[in-house]
Amino acid sequence: MSEHDVRLTVNGARQRGRVESRTNLADFLREDLGLTGTHLACEHGVCGACTVLVDGRAVRACLMLAVQADGTEVTTVEGIAAPDGTLSPVQQAFMECHGLQCGFCTPGFVVTVTAFLEANPDPTEAEIREGIAGNLCRCTGYQGIVEAVKLAATRLREGVDA
Amino acid sequence: MKAAPFDHHAPESVADAAALLAEHGDEAKVLAGGQSLLPMLAMRLTRFEHLVDVSRVPELHGITTDGDLRIGASTPQAVAEHDPVVADAVPLVARAIPHIGHFQIRNRGTVGGSIAHADPASELPAVALALDAVLEVAGATGTREIAATDFFEGTWSTALADDEILTGVRFPVWTGRQGAAVREVARRSGDFAIAGVAAAVELDAADRVARVAVGLFGVASTPVRASATEAALTGASVAEATAALADAALAAADGFDAVDDLHATGAYRRRVTTHLVQTALTAAIQEASGVRA
Ligand SMILES: Cc1cc2nc3c(=O)[nH]c(=O)nc-3n(C[C@H](O)[C@H](O)[C@H](O)COP(=O)(O)OP(=O)(O)OC[C@H]3O[C@@H](n4cnc5c(N)ncnc54)[C@H](O)[C@@H]3O)c2cc1C
Ligand code: FES
Ligand code: FES
Repeated sequence: MSEHDVRLTVNGARQRGRVESRTNLADFLREDLGLTGTHLACEHGVCGACTVLVDGRAVRACLMLAVQADGTEVTTVEGIAAPDGTLSPVQQAFMECHGLQCGFCTPGFVVTVTAFLEANPDPTEAEIREGIAGNLCRCTGYQGIVEAVKLAATRLREGVDA
Repeated sequence: MKAAPFDHHAPESVADAAALLAEHGDEAKVLAGGQSLLPMLAMRLTRFEHLVDVSRVPELHGITTDGDLRIGASTPQAVAEHDPVVADAVPLVARAIPHIGHFQIRNRGTVGGSIAHADPASELPAVALALDAVLEVAGATGTREIAATDFFEGTWSTALADDEILTGVRFPVWTGRQGAAVREVARRSGDFAIAGVAAAVELDAADRVARVAVGLFGVASTPVRASATEAALTGASVAEATAALADAALAAADGFDAVDDLHATGAYRRRVTTHLVQTALTAAIQEASGVRA
């Protein structure tokens, strides 16, 4: 059972750690770095709660080993808001549109939608629904989430600050 | 659940990866994007002492065309999905990839991993089979090529030996006017298909069907090539092919041992397959002959 040194950038800060081979990126972020915003539910890739950005791309943190993230730049939900705490347009829209109830799925949705809107700034409703299809929410029924994505897309396109 | 302990190895070349596999025998497994293997380890459906991670081996990345389209095994599915070279050279590949899981899965999952994993409900194995792709393989003792027809042996089982690595996939490039379509039925967007079809059609200068490729997935224990359907349409004019389509689609449903499971009965899979073959081929023929759907 080998252990590895890993060095990576998380939300702009350099981090290092020593991990077991089997430690996944989500557990490393939560337990070693104390970044508990990244949630874990299914731990096998179906729910999307653990979504983070690795080198700008949205991935399941439960389906990536911490050692595989060596040398990468990771953004978690803690890195989405501005340093002074101002919510990002996506976060603000989730708040205004009732895009969350219990909030368990929200970090995964916020990270997913942030990446989705960067790739597709002017999505149709069908594209929005497909874009969030990899994230499960057991509370909202998704309507508020879809509205939040629409509002965030409009604001981001207009360059309006949240 | 958490995976049981294992050792992670990060070889920097195919030769080093092959040596590690040879050294550790059946206690070792190749790890690529991890989008199938890591869930199976987490659920403890399988267990290995050593994972040989090929996801960052440089020579396994990249997309090239020289006659064939070659995709390196560790190329992420999302990279192939958005590469204009792929869309231009082999449109069926570019159209199949968006049906794989979700964009987050495709950011990590690899083209080679999908084919080596050989899930019968996966899109890319069916595309490789239908298009007569060639799989390039390396082991400690050398390299070899395996025709896709000989590669898929059963659910999650292929002609790869335990100590072999899939290094790349070569898809033949069709040069005539062509159309391609993928149609599938799944419970939700991103789920594995209950039944699916990947189809491509090429027309010659006289507007006759020069080549047809029809691959089925999600219906049997391996991907299936609908050979009877292909034979019924090859050589036909566009009008003849269109008229023959309904019967040719029915023939597709007879060509396999349908899976009967909790998602669907075998009879349902056959009926859906007939319909999907017909709609996919209709779209492919229309595109090839320049008709806008
Ligand atoms: C929620 C979810 C939904 C999904 N939906 C779909 C879907 O709709 N369609 C679909 O096709 N797939 C789907 N997948 C699976 C996904 O496409 C995987 O990425 C793919 O099956 C395996 O590729 P990988 O690179 O992740 O391989 P890994 O998970 O790393 O490996 C898978 C298997 O292939 C072997 N392997 C990998 N690369 C090589 C190689 N180069 N040489 C030899 N052996 C190798 C490994 O040893 C292992 O046995 C889904 C996955 C998830 C988590
Ligand atoms: S916890 Fe990672 S996808 Fe569910
Ligand atoms: S808000 Fe509760 S799971 Fe989505």
